[in-house]
Amino acid sequence: MVRLAVKRLVFGALILWAVSVVVFLATAALPGDTAQAILGREATPERLAALRLELHLDDPLVSQYFSWLGGLLTFDPGRSLVNGLPVAEFVGPRIVNSLVLMLTAAVVSTPLAMFLGTWSAVRRDRAADHVTAVVTLVLAALPEFVVGITLVIVFATGPLRLLPAVYVGTGQVTFVDLVLPALTLVLAVGPYIVRMMRATMIEVLESEYVQQARLKGLPERTVLLRHAVPNAVGPVAQVVALQLAWLAGGVVVVEFLFRYPGIGYALVDAVNNRDLPVVQALALLIAALYIVVNLLADLVSLVANPRVRTAIR
Amino acid sequence: MTTPERTEVLTGVRVRGLTVAGVPSGAPIVDSVDLDVRPGEILGLVGESGSGKTTLGLALLAYYKRGTQLAGGSVAINGVDLAGAAVRRMRGDAVAYIPQSPASALNPALRIRTQLGECGGDDARVREVLREVALPDTDVFLRRYPHQLSGGQQQRVAIAMAFLGRPDLIVLDEPTTGLDVTTQKHVLETVRKMCATYSCAAVYITHDMAVVAELTDRIAVMYSGRVVETGPARTVLRSPQHPYTARLLMAVPDLDGRREIRGIPGHAPSPVRRPAGCAFAPRCPLVVDRCRDEVPALEDGVRCFRAGVSRFEVVERVEVPVVSADAALEVRGLSAWYGSHQVLEDISLSVPRGQCVALLGESGSGKTTLARAIAGLHPRHGGEVVLGGESLPPSGLRRTPLQRRRIQYVFQNPYESLNPRKTVRELVLAPARVLLGKVPDGLVEDALSQAALSPELASRYPDQLSGGERQRVAIARALAAQPEVLVCDEVTSALDVSVQAAIVELIAGLRERKGLTLLFVTHDIALVRTVAQHVAVLEHGRIVERGPVAEVLAAPEHPYTQALMADTPRFDTSRFSQ
Repeated sequence: MVRLAVKRLVFGALILWAVSVVVFLATAALPGDTAQAILGREATPERLAALRLELHLDDPLVSQYFSWLGGLLTFDPGRSLVNGLPVAEFVGPRIVNSLVLMLTAAVVSTPLAMFLGTWSAVRRDRAADHVTAVVTLVLAALPEFVVGITLVIVFATGPLRLLPAVYVGTGQVTFVDLVLPALTLVLAVGPYIVRMMRATMIEVLESEYVQQARLKGLPERTVLLRHAVPNAVGPVAQVVALQLAWLAGGVVVVEFLFRYPGIGYALVDAVNNRDLPVVQALALLIAALYIVVNLLADLVSLVANPRVRTAIR
Repeated sequence: MTTPERTEVLTGVRVRGLTVAGVPSGAPIVDSVDLDVRPGEILGLVGESGSGKTTLGLALLAYYKRGTQLAGGSVAINGVDLAGAAVRRMRGDAVAYIPQSPASALNPALRIRTQLGECGGDDARVREVLREVALPDTDVFLRRYPHQLSGGQQQRVAIAMAFLGRPDLIVLDEPTTGLDVTTQKHVLETVRKMCATYSCAAVYITHDMAVVAELTDRIAVMYSGRVVETGPARTVLRSPQHPYTARLLMAVPDLDGRREIRGIPGHAPSPVRRPAGCAFAPRCPLVVDRCRDEVPALEDGVRCFRAGVSRFEVVERVEVPVVSADAALEVRGLSAWYGSHQVLEDISLSVPRGQCVALLGESGSGKTTLARAIAGLHPRHGGEVVLGGESLPPSGLRRTPLQRRRIQYVFQNPYESLNPRKTVRELVLAPARVLLGKVPDGLVEDALSQAALSPELASRYPDQLSGGERQRVAIARALAAQPEVLVCDEVTSALDVSVQAAIVELIAGLRERKGLTLLFVTHDIALVRTVAQHVAVLEHGRIVERGPVAEVLAAPEHPYTQALMADTPRFDTSRFSQ
């Protein structure tokens, strides 16, 4: 079990390293000249050359990569080319804001979706099940910005002016700012989990061990909570992980939509300004989040499966 | 069957007019069944697949699977009707269920302690019952998960679970299917002992007449949802009144080899396509016009207009002396591995031309691996496979089409070995196209008729066929390649007894008529006698005993063979006729 976990961890680190290479090469291959982008069209050749020298833009790619990687490993991914702040200082509070948003969405959507999926499976082929199926399918089919805009129309600009349509503060987020972006993410992430949970639960409820539990005369509640749900958690954890990992990238659109001061919004800004150190750091951060969430899902599946748990100690 | 003595007794189980129907078809899967089981009595509920026996068994616990529902009748246990809100409390306390496959009926995510503990009774009681079913009652054992137990232990846990609540009725649904004969024997002994200890009424569902003869006090034979014959076990086995019962008994392989086995032609109808009148009429040798129009009532324990006309006939088996012949197939010093695990060790075997060698062994003995190695399906092996004096490459991919043509393989499960998207014609032609080069005219019709199938089936798809028909198609597919050696890997173990008998007859006939050389892989020692001239007994990847069938079975020398002989339920009809 521990060995398996360590193995997954090593693989995660390897993948992250591979991603760092790809991110670096991709940003290096972007057309245009960074120095030109920073200094603007009127820059003299001398100033451009001086800036290139300062930013090591003329060094060979390999040495540029290793100095960047070294910086990353010492938590110093360089300075923003736009505002001159260290990337860590610039990105730090935005990471916190985004994490708050993602965690809120995850904590709300996962249990809610698993409950809905279970409920739908128990009510299989009845009205409640059909309604859940249609609603989740529609939500899954809608892009999240459509969902977000609809929410804005309903709760912010329409008759119910309960919540702010976009964020207008200066970096500090309050609960009110969080509601609409989080709700959008919940509606984007939840439907898949609901559908997967329903499908898995139906399979489990048809299984012979659930039949046997009923034939033992156990109350339906015990059958469901003790015999059925634990056997559905393992497979569903993988889907939950995929969805939560999607959050890491999905925040970009939603944050942009609500002007929410998180890494997604910062990333869009940085790309517009060709602020390469920020783009690189954020891309890598999102990849790291993706890997960590998947790793956690693997661990949950391992723990949920007694066969694995008892075999590999 | 309702003798006055019986109707007055309120103890035990009383089933009246029980009908379970399919949803939404409304077709009765179980059709007006009456049963009585007294405390301490074991009733054998016998039937082929699709006869509704499992549906009936579950209905005794007022449980109806998805797609079925109660359509009438009643079940009463000790005078208490099993209906309405009381059902859930009755389950476990008054009536318990032992499933067919404990591997899938025990929850994989819960410890044994949890699963036993929720059946009622405190810790001391749990340990007491564990001791009664001959399992350890230690904490270490209780902490285990189902996957950490052997098949036999899992079934004992299921039995312990059922008896924890001291039920008045216990329903056992083929609890020994899939177990080795030795394990089966122990499980049956445990069941008998537990029923006696708790003076519990038991309904034992099975298709295996030999087990019924060993274990049960009374028998109810089911056919297409109806009980067609019922009575004391001895009487029914000695002089079956219904033609179906008689034919079912004649299909059981005889370990002592005094009688031939005979299959029942055709197959049981599904509840939706059940014919008017007697459901057995289309397969019945004694059928008269009345049988086709009118459903016979259950009178004196038989549901038949021609009750008693058909008797169990012993078709004397003539022991044919084994003549010597040159070897068609030889295996020399064969060893095989799965990864680093060795499954076969230094196997040498000779299959005489035109004769049948049975490879006998329990699950895990390596018998299927040996068959696959011979057919070139398990290339990770050392040693030599020699066909007609020519040594074959280990992998089928390296064998020439001619070499591959000469050995054909019939797989265990006809539900998996036929591609569901191809018609019978395409299935039969597929190997012949590759192996024969030019396909002769009428090959498919010829192969089908050799497998005793109507040529009209050629345009059907596998899911339109019964299990027996599917296995015949698989045999026809092998025959179409015109092989010299036919490897049959447990070809009857997925089939009902009556179908098994017909398939065995077919295979034996092919050997006699066409001079086909057979390698017959099986776990059933009783079948060996019927089909083979030579036997090789496999244990843990080694051949522990070999020789002509008559000699080996008459005087087995190796303790393993002796144990197999002793533990196999004997179905000896002469025992009932005294």
